[in-house]
Amino acid sequence: MTAGTLAAEGFRPARIALVGPPNSGKTTLFNTLTGGRQKTANYPGVTVERKSGLLKTPGGHPVEVLDLPGSYSLRARSPDEAITRDVVLGRQARETLPDALVCVTDATNLGQHLRLLLELRQLGRPLILVLNMMDIAQKRGCQISTEALSRQLGIPVVTTVAMRKHGVRDLLGQIDALLNQAPAGDGVTAISDWVEPSPDAIRAHHREVERLLQEAVVREGAPEHLTRQLDRVLLHPVAGPLILLALLFLMFQAVFSWAEAPMDWIDGGMAGLQQWLSAHMEESLLKSLLVDGIVAGVGGVVIFLPQILILFLFILLLEDSGYMTRAAFLMDRLMSAVGLNGRAFIPLLSSFACAIPGIMAARTIAHPLDRLVTILIAPLMTCSARLPVYVLLIAAFVPATTVWGGIGLQGLVMFGLYATGIVGALAVAGVLRLTLLRGDRQPLLMELPSYKWPNPANVLLGLWERAKIFMRRIGTIILSVLVILWFLSTFPAAPEGATEPAIYYSFAGLIGRTLEPLLAPIGFNWQIAIALVPGLAAREVAVAALGTVYALSGDEGAVTEALTTTLAQSWTLATALSLLAWYVFAPQCLATLAAVRRETNSWRWAAFMFVYLMTLAYLAAFVTYRVALALGGG
Amino acid sequence: MDGHGGRERQLFELGRLVKAGLTQPLGLMRPGGVGRILAVRSGEGDVERGLLEMGFVEGACVEVLHHGFLGRDPLAVRINQAMTVALRRGEANAVLVGPLLNRATDVEPTTDQESRPS
Ligand SMILES: Nc1nc2c(ncn2[C@@H]2O[C@H](COP(=O)(O)OP(=O)(O)OP(=O)(O)O)[C@@H](O)[C@H]2O)c(=O)[nH]1
Ligand SMILES: [Mg+2]
Repeated sequence: MTAGTLAAEGFRPARIALVGPPNSGKTTLFNTLTGGRQKTANYPGVTVERKSGLLKTPGGHPVEVLDLPGSYSLRARSPDEAITRDVVLGRQARETLPDALVCVTDATNLGQHLRLLLELRQLGRPLILVLNMMDIAQKRGCQISTEALSRQLGIPVVTTVAMRKHGVRDLLGQIDALLNQAPAGDGVTAISDWVEPSPDAIRAHHREVERLLQEAVVREGAPEHLTRQLDRVLLHPVAGPLILLALLFLMFQAVFSWAEAPMDWIDGGMAGLQQWLSAHMEESLLKSLLVDGIVAGVGGVVIFLPQILILFLFILLLEDSGYMTRAAFLMDRLMSAVGLNGRAFIPLLSSFACAIPGIMAARTIAHPLDRLVTILIAPLMTCSARLPVYVLLIAAFVPATTVWGGIGLQGLVMFGLYATGIVGALAVAGVLRLTLLRGDRQPLLMELPSYKWPNPANVLLGLWERAKIFMRRIGTIILSVLVILWFLSTFPAAPEGATEPAIYYSFAGLIGRTLEPLLAPIGFNWQIAIALVPGLAAREVAVAALGTVYALSGDEGAVTEALTTTLAQSWTLATALSLLAWYVFAPQCLATLAAVRRETNSWRWAAFMFVYLMTLAYLAAFVTYRVALALGGG
Repeated sequence: MDGHGGRERQLFELGRLVKAGLTQPLGLMRPGGVGRILAVRSGEGDVERGLLEMGFVEGACVEVLHHGFLGRDPLAVRINQAMTVALRRGEANAVLVGPLLNRATDVEPTTDQESRPS
């Protein structure tokens, strides 16, 4: 049932907002309550948008639950916190004030988290306090009297373990009780008399919290030890950065070495399919479309699924364990050298998966200029869509040997490409901060949450979602671009007595040859030029397009030959390196540009990003090509 | 709670601690250092509120756990044995810390505006 059908039946579901400090488990609770699949992870600032879901309470009330970004205070400091404030105060356009607030707090850190509750209580709205993470609190021997707390505060208090049903049933019971008292829509539409708390009001709240805890805490839990021990190593001034580097390095080695077997299976499957189609179909245009256009192209991309999943596995583990904020801590000084905040490292690290969530995550950065710079450099972090291009070229041109006692050379080159992206990003940030976007150094205030064992179900779900997104991309955008490309590459047919392969005379060939003079200085041939154009829609398409282009330009035997072999035979090393350099920088993703325009509210910055990245890409490719040629890579 | 001497007593204590060299800004503390917050004061607009919202409030215990590898910046500080916060030295210097065991300078449970030393 959707909100629409409910409204059509003549009643509006009650709206209940989940509010709380960052990382207290709001989204986990939201997922349990509504069966949703929103992203959760162990660092502050995971949720940056308002999400809603529906449920029916045991008492039969339809309820719309809102999951909101975490915030330490209603005094919003960053755009994500502003969303929370606006929803809670009923300032959001086209939205009514929530009928009740559920304040989700971390029971192991009530000393800090109850302060927000006091702020919320002053609004005078129906309110329920949730003490979440009770499992951890109990394990540490902490005992809290919910009765005393409830009596002192005058509101219902429930304890939960957000992933499990148990406490959630109590919470639903309390929501029912609240809705029975005051049915949805009590006439209040907005809270207009709210003012930002002054420093002294915050101090007063702190004292009130101390008093409350003296009443309600029966036994204090033992302080966390594991986190301290781990941090002693992971945040060590010398060992810490080395471990961070080693982790990233391991990630890229794993992407190469662990993925080999599953890639071989997919490769075998695709080759089998191609052979079967070749053998069982009449020679026709349809056969060409299927074999050369779709199977060669799609197969060329599907094969990268294992590598993308391995990369995501690493990122998910880093996010769910609590290491992300440690990485940000270690990077802060380096980032501040280029005028950024360590916090920005979290969106940037997420951009390894995909720049778009990274750009959205920049909402957690308080200062507008910091945030803008972070958005502008996010596409320089190597996203997973670049992985296929890198892997293809590395596999074709870098020998699979080991150097320095067992380090895979291919993984090393890959690491180098990622590192180039990072260094490039920092350099661009530095330049922007010195020129266009000058401003003060901004404060860093970031909670370092306790480490947790990554939740296996959570990680598997994350991987599954990723696999689905990847396959959907292949099924939609990549497939349709490939079909168009096949048409453009097949018609018009070659003239009588043609000396070049047929594709050379087609529309695509025409496009490729037109662009060739522009791209010749950086070593690209017309085949690459053809692949780059559809590659603007999505990066992986370039790999698929190369598959199609070379399948169509080759003779019968070459079709079943692996693309890597074909490339290794027809390109020089200098061309391959130049294309890699191009891909480190080139802004080949329309969705990213759209996201930048959405988040900055202006086409100007999106256009700026496109132009500066294109320029960088061309320059980098040019320099790489010339240097490689000079060193004998021709 | 002990130390019910009112505001004058607090200010006197604070003055005594400062003179005795027993106070220091949080930003100067080394890893392993512990203490109790005596004052949170920042000339810059929202830094003070930001610190207060993250739990840096008069009377809270702090322990400096780690610092970064370049320029010993930023710091990781544990507050009241419960929450760890990373912050830069610049902001940390807005927090004045005194000895741990002296509760006489704890902020009294009053809403008195002037209860902060100046
Ligand atoms: N042990 C335990 N872990 C929990 C519980 N609730 C949430 N978590 C974990 O705590 C972390 C944070 O959970 P989220 O649901 O992402 O927190 P959030 O409040 O939505 O965080 P933001 O979106 O950043 O504000 C995740 O790693 C969860 O798996 C709980 O009751 N017990
Ligand atoms: Mg969340």
